[in-house]
Amino acid sequence: MIKQIIKLHSLKGWLFTFSLLGIAIILLPLLNIFAPENSFLHIPDYMFSLFGKYLCYALVALAIDLIWGYTGVLSLGHGVFFSLGGYAMGMYLMRSIGKEGVYKSELPDFMIFLDWKELPWYWWGFDSFIFTFFVILIMPGLFAFIFGYFAFKSRIKGVYFAIITQAMTYALMLLFFRNNTGFGGNNGLTDFKKILGYSLQEPSTKMSLYILTAIVLFIFYVVARFVVQSKFGRVLTAIRDSENRVMFSGYNTLNYKLAIWTISAFICGIAGALYVPQVGIVNPSEMQPSNSIEMAIWVAVGGRGTLSGALVGAGLVNGAKSWFTVAAPDYWLYFLGILFIVVTLFFPKGFVGIFSRLRIKRKGNQNG
Amino acid sequence: MEGFCCCNKKSFYSFKPRLLSLNLKISGNSKLIFALVVFLTMGFFLISTVEANEFENTLKDLGNKSRSKIKLAVKALGNMGNPAAIPVMEALKEKRLRISDNDSLIILNEAKDKGYDALTGQPVELGSLNLRKPRINNAVRRLLSTAIGKLKLFSDDPEIRLSAARDLLKRSSNNLVELIEKALKKETEDEIRNLFLLVLAKEGLNSDDKSKRLQSIKTITTLGNNDFKTILEEVLEKNEEDEFLEKDSEIRDAASNAIAKIEKRQFVKNQAANLFYGLSLGSILLLAALGLAITFGLMGVINMAHGEMLMLGAYLTFVVQNLFKEYLPGYFELYLIAAIPVSFLGSALVGIILERGIIRHLYGRPLETLLATWGISLILIQTIRLVFGAQNVEVANPSYLSGGVEVMNGIVFPYSRIAIIIFVVGVVISIWMLLQKTSLGLQVRAVTQNREMASCMGISTYKVDMYTFGLGSGVAGLGGLALSQIGNVGPELGQLYIVDSFMVVVLGGVGNIAGTVAGALSLGIFNKFLEPVAGAVLGKIIVLVLIIVVIQKRPQGLFSLKGRMVDN
Amino acid sequence: MDSSGAHVKDDLIDTRHGCILYIEEVTVSFDGFKALNDLNLFVDDGELLCIIGPNGAGKTTMMDVVTGKTRPDEGTVFFGQNLDLTQMTEFEISHAGIGRKFQKPTVFLNHTVFENLELALHTNKGIWQSLTKTLNGKQREIIEEGLETIGLKNQKNLRAGLLSHGQKQWLEIGMLLAQDPRLLLIDEPVAGMTHQETEHTAELLKSLAGKHSVVVVEHEMDFIRSIANRVLVLHEGHVLAEGKMEEVQNNPKVIEVYLGS
Repeated sequence: MIKQIIKLHSLKGWLFTFSLLGIAIILLPLLNIFAPENSFLHIPDYMFSLFGKYLCYALVALAIDLIWGYTGVLSLGHGVFFSLGGYAMGMYLMRSIGKEGVYKSELPDFMIFLDWKELPWYWWGFDSFIFTFFVILIMPGLFAFIFGYFAFKSRIKGVYFAIITQAMTYALMLLFFRNNTGFGGNNGLTDFKKILGYSLQEPSTKMSLYILTAIVLFIFYVVARFVVQSKFGRVLTAIRDSENRVMFSGYNTLNYKLAIWTISAFICGIAGALYVPQVGIVNPSEMQPSNSIEMAIWVAVGGRGTLSGALVGAGLVNGAKSWFTVAAPDYWLYFLGILFIVVTLFFPKGFVGIFSRLRIKRKGNQNG
Repeated sequence: MEGFCCCNKKSFYSFKPRLLSLNLKISGNSKLIFALVVFLTMGFFLISTVEANEFENTLKDLGNKSRSKIKLAVKALGNMGNPAAIPVMEALKEKRLRISDNDSLIILNEAKDKGYDALTGQPVELGSLNLRKPRINNAVRRLLSTAIGKLKLFSDDPEIRLSAARDLLKRSSNNLVELIEKALKKETEDEIRNLFLLVLAKEGLNSDDKSKRLQSIKTITTLGNNDFKTILEEVLEKNEEDEFLEKDSEIRDAASNAIAKIEKRQFVKNQAANLFYGLSLGSILLLAALGLAITFGLMGVINMAHGEMLMLGAYLTFVVQNLFKEYLPGYFELYLIAAIPVSFLGSALVGIILERGIIRHLYGRPLETLLATWGISLILIQTIRLVFGAQNVEVANPSYLSGGVEVMNGIVFPYSRIAIIIFVVGVVISIWMLLQKTSLGLQVRAVTQNREMASCMGISTYKVDMYTFGLGSGVAGLGGLALSQIGNVGPELGQLYIVDSFMVVVLGGVGNIAGTVAGALSLGIFNKFLEPVAGAVLGKIIVLVLIIVVIQKRPQGLFSLKGRMVDN
Repeated sequence: MDSSGAHVKDDLIDTRHGCILYIEEVTVSFDGFKALNDLNLFVDDGELLCIIGPNGAGKTTMMDVVTGKTRPDEGTVFFGQNLDLTQMTEFEISHAGIGRKFQKPTVFLNHTVFENLELALHTNKGIWQSLTKTLNGKQREIIEEGLETIGLKNQKNLRAGLLSHGQKQWLEIGMLLAQDPRLLLIDEPVAGMTHQETEHTAELLKSLAGKHSVVVVEHEMDFIRSIANRVLVLHEGHVLAEGKMEEVQNNPKVIEVYLGS
């Protein structure tokens, strides 16, 4: 197995991957600590939350690429898994506030506001990080498994599946918007103070979260690489291209789709859990249908069916979003809309596709 | 909309405040005041100067510094029977009456930033005047209520009497009983009579006379609505020792019988209302989904920008309305008729441009189409935001669509919703005719069934695609027009309906108009019947979950035929 | 072609009565249209059976029923004497030893020819196995052998999408063989093939009979004549005639159906 993992990349590829990781978790923090404040090399504290956010998005893109890019199943509901992970983490963070809230009560503030006297049963256990950790690992995947089992079993595919997942996220959004559901309604969960006893306001906590996210992303990148380079991955692409043939070749495609769907949701849930302490809030708008579609476009922009494409796409689109929302907020939606159209019309293989086409051309020129 | 109940007009209109000010029959207040001001000015020509002077002087006494003078004036005005006094007395009661230095009475509007002279009706400049507030207390207010009630109850205008009777029902009126009894004797209109009877019955319940109480309960049993339930339940209350507060079992039985009757009547009413509002919702969903079903069925194209075609239709209606307001104010009422072709053609044109420009390049790649059309929808939404602003815009109902018909006591079916249902029937029939009876329809059906074959037969598939897409988008535009008459028009209008309309198409089966009709209506009705039980949000979630379950069982749609599945 | 070491379920098929496929009284209807109407059809173990019939006769639906894609409204379908195919899913049926070639060649266009065969290869097809196991020497040998049989040795690292139509047909047959099925259902194998390729295919199919049972659906009469032993004519969802090619061709009912009323 280790042999197989080593073979995932060429030597050059591994060097590249590791140097990226090195830059992310060693160089950037060092620049923050040692570069003088006014130097252009200095990276201010607040940047790490932003970077951490991008890395979470990259993780989401990775998850979506596995299910869409490789298996051809477009989900417009990954925001749900992201949110489930996020809400689980949010619940832990809410419980960690303890009596430091506005109402100085053991209960989260919004419950006091709703005049609740005690913690609802589904909040039990979230004062423990270990418990929360397992919920984060299990809940999104379990939910995806149940949903996917029924959807795949009745052979819902293509646009139907996309629409059903959109309906799913829409329904859950409505559910979480209700105050009585018990997750803070409209406002969601926010005003977090501490994680594992460390203040979330501290730059060091923020940086640790960022480094943790980078490492998690690296691990899942390797896992995803392992998956897509195995025969399992070839079966997935085969399902994308001709599911019937795969079935008639003796593969239980239900199991395969269900497995990758669940893995994808699992990764997405972890991304959500890492995201929430870094941005400090989780609310039902994460489950808006538009959010999930935006996630799909990250992958499309970067290049479907390539892992690097997903990561690049998440970075590019969100980088652009950050720039636009400051510089030209009115035109962000125009940019995003045009991006959707241009990528699907002209660059179905995304950024990575353009890149590799250029490379092939250059090679061809050299040879010719 | 949670816990929304149709018997209560206030709650029904509360989520569409726009209608309030337009609806003379129901909300009346502002228009009433206006009408009375007119009345008041006309009054001077009709009544003799002596009487006029007496009336005027008494009216002026309302602004007297002495509270006892005010009381006398109120009583006198109540007895004079001149309805012109109503707005002044109401203003006094609501602390909107001011007295200027030269003792003229000024009535302020509710925001208290404008005012007019009570006698002449002329608007006055508030800033230049030194105004004094009359001093009143609760005793004066009570007198005022009685006097106003008196004036209204004996008014010649049945509208005023009706609204007065309705007002009486809402509050205690034991000091007016005699007055009401007198008014009842004079009253000729059944509707008002019934209300008077109910008001009296409500008071009669507290009487000491057993037969009077039984009679009251009887009246309530036949005429009362849900609002009387609490009053009757009070009769059945027990004290802490589990004994009935009401000792007389005959009265208790009558009361519980009355509750049962009222509940039964209410149940029937609610079901009728649910059915109507379900049909109404279904017909709107149908307009939203019909175009989608056409384009989806024909081209296998999921048009995520379809909701924005609705939104465009609504905004085009808005534009037509404003043009009429600006250039043809005399024909303003007709703007809605003119908006029908405009919203259809406008949305259809945009649809055709999108199909030609973008969507046709993506045929055979449904998932990409989905994403690209989502991009289109973002651009359309943002464009509308930049042009019209992010806020909702006002689209007024023409007068023939405001108000409603009261089908049962307490249940009003608004004309706008009835009109939409009729409109939808018309649209569905036209589309059906178009698809079944014209050569274009024949071509569309041919392309839907077998694109390649149709192409070989010499059908220009690209033209068919274009027209169909235009048709689908145009129908959505009409949907927008309809929506503008009953709901808010804003840039996100389409987003609200897109998920629902997909659900309709999925439920009804793709490319199947009969299925779409059945899907939309059943979804609408189901939704409305579920809402009172589960609440709006939970109801919606249940519907979505049910649809997901239905698709598990019948992926081809609930209402479509089972066919040989063609894939790969 | 030799089977790999990882045999699955092969020996479970009970063919003691000489028959491998029993289709009995099967009816399938779509919205009232009966695609199969009381169809009775038996395939002997090891035989090469050809099925002909006009369009809409129910040939493809018959294959759909056998491979589990369509469920019959009535009737039974047994593989051997013991496997009830109507109760099994597509992949279980494939596992049990039935391979199918579609009318339109369906291969994995984005995989190389080699990978196509690898995916089809008869082995454990569970998720965990796919994730962790790589090809062993014996399996590579089988694939190489298969490449030789279908004449695509030189194209083995080419994307299947780049193959010609005929080559795709061959690749699909190669994939069927790699599955090592007991029964092959082959839908129009020579459509779009050159004369030479057709001949080659005929040879191949004939060589398969005996060890495998083969059912071929084809329109191309010359091709049928060159391979057929027993021919069966389907019409309106049931068997119209069966026998040797000459017998069938001279059957008045068949002539009427083919030449129109």
